[in-house]
Amino acid sequence: MVIYLIKRLFAVVPIILFAIFLMFVLVRLSPVDPAQAYLAASNIHPTEELLAEKRQEFGLDRPLIVQYFQTVADIVRFDFGNSYVTNTPVWQEIATRLPATLQLAFSSILVAIIVSVPLGFLSAVYKNSWLDHFSRLLSYLGASIPQFWLGYVLIFFFAVKLDLFPVEGRGTWQHFVLPSITLSLALIAIYTRLLRASVLEELEETYVLYGRTRGLKEKGIMVKHVLRISISPMLTGLGMNLGKLLTGTIIVEQVFSWPGFGRFFIEAIFNRDIPVIQSYVVLAACLFIVCNLIVDIIQLYLDPRISREGRTQF
Amino acid sequence: MARIRTALKGKWPFAICSGILVVFFLVSILAPWIAPNDPIQVNLALKLMPPSLEYPLGTDQLGRCNLSRLLFGARVSLGFATLIFVASLGIGLVVGTLAGYRGGWIDTLLMRFCDGVMAFPNLVLVLGIVGLLGPGLWQVVVALMMVQWVYYARMIRGMVVSMKEQNFITAARISGSSNWKIIRRHLVPNVLPPIMVMGTLEMGWAIMDISALSFLGLGIQPPTPEWGAMIHEGTSFMRSNPELMLYPGLMILFVVISFNVIGESLSEQFGVKRRY
Repeated sequence: MVIYLIKRLFAVVPIILFAIFLMFVLVRLSPVDPAQAYLAASNIHPTEELLAEKRQEFGLDRPLIVQYFQTVADIVRFDFGNSYVTNTPVWQEIATRLPATLQLAFSSILVAIIVSVPLGFLSAVYKNSWLDHFSRLLSYLGASIPQFWLGYVLIFFFAVKLDLFPVEGRGTWQHFVLPSITLSLALIAIYTRLLRASVLEELEETYVLYGRTRGLKEKGIMVKHVLRISISPMLTGLGMNLGKLLTGTIIVEQVFSWPGFGRFFIEAIFNRDIPVIQSYVVLAACLFIVCNLIVDIIQLYLDPRISREGRTQF
Repeated sequence: MARIRTALKGKWPFAICSGILVVFFLVSILAPWIAPNDPIQVNLALKLMPPSLEYPLGTDQLGRCNLSRLLFGARVSLGFATLIFVASLGIGLVVGTLAGYRGGWIDTLLMRFCDGVMAFPNLVLVLGIVGLLGPGLWQVVVALMMVQWVYYARMIRGMVVSMKEQNFITAARISGSSNWKIIRRHLVPNVLPPIMVMGTLEMGWAIMDISALSFLGLGIQPPTPEWGAMIHEGTSFMRSNPELMLYPGLMILFVVISFNVIGESLSEQFGVKRRY
């Protein structure tokens, strides 16, 4: 197991290096000249001299391979450069905005788990009942509603018409309600289906039959054994859907004017703020990889039967 | 009649959704002929009008016909989603068969590349690419293509690798078929059906992604009618004219849900695992 862990940890390194490489290539391929973008973002009229000076400062006149290793070295030291717009280190900008995004993400995961665990479990136990049909409908809706539209529809009904919640911004718990619901519906759709499928699978297992023949209470078998084991695939789902959550925060933050990292990223795209774009994408990839790694490790701990060979290689 | 009823038993969601999609595809093809008005004709004297005979769903903030804009919006969404689907399937097919059939270092190199692209959350990479190439419809299409072909390539490669060892391929080789012929006549036809199923689900994603990017202002630029962009414009008039943002959202919902229902029931039938 220890060897497996070490192997997995080392497997992550080339992927992150590749992620940085891909970003590096994209920046060089992009028609935007970083020096020009910098001057445009700082409202300085570009002259040939200034451009040349900036290019030298960014190291654009050096060989590509040197530039690449410089980029890798910078990122490893958490030095993402300065934002072209605010001229402060990107790292600092991220640190001030990340908490808002994380709060939003965690509250949505919480809502998703609170709704989908009972719903998925019950719709498997009472298969083909009205509850099962309802949960199926909800999953289809959750997978097919455009998130930004859902956000505005919720704003329209609950903030404008009924005036129950604030339209935008961040501060009190009321501010969390609509964004969290918007963001969690897509997750609820997935987790409910995942849990339902895995509960149905577990119900076929012999230990359920054995429990019944021993005369154990049905409720006990369900909650103590079936539910406990069936939760495990949800963990994988959590890791795999982190990307969906991340992009979801971008859109939801835009709709609800949530002062987070995702909105900053969109602003950066419009301002051609290359260091911010680059660091967001690389950080998102790292987060995605690391979370999947953690989920794998937790699962290995929960269910040691999982063989090393049978697992998908990252 | 009775026969049709038994054939449709338990499959009515599939039938309804296929019907919806057929209608939407027809609409997107026939939009110039069935739309009552010009979708980009601005007429400020007629702005935010209630439904009338001439403008069946009313007009928007610039006096443009809502119905016509919705119909032409179908064209953009479905058209570009189809384009992305065909293009990424094409790239995936070439890369996947090459990697699976040849094996060796080509396989390793191509698959490592795919792994690398898959290490990014999907839409984040798309946004990154659009951010670096600059906003615009074609940038969005290219970015979505660059991200989506990877999934097709991986799946096709897996199927080709397992199929390569089967008897009918060996038989074809013994009887003197060239590699090219084996790929064209035996591998590709067997790989395509499950991939088409996956493609149905991907179409739904593509439509959502295109509209999301347009909503963020990165995709289709005004005045081209596109559902995501229309929702974005409509939100400014939410208090007085909520229908401006409600209609296009419902369109997206109908189309995407149809693709998902069809994709899901097809993948049950073909035993294709969907990707979450």
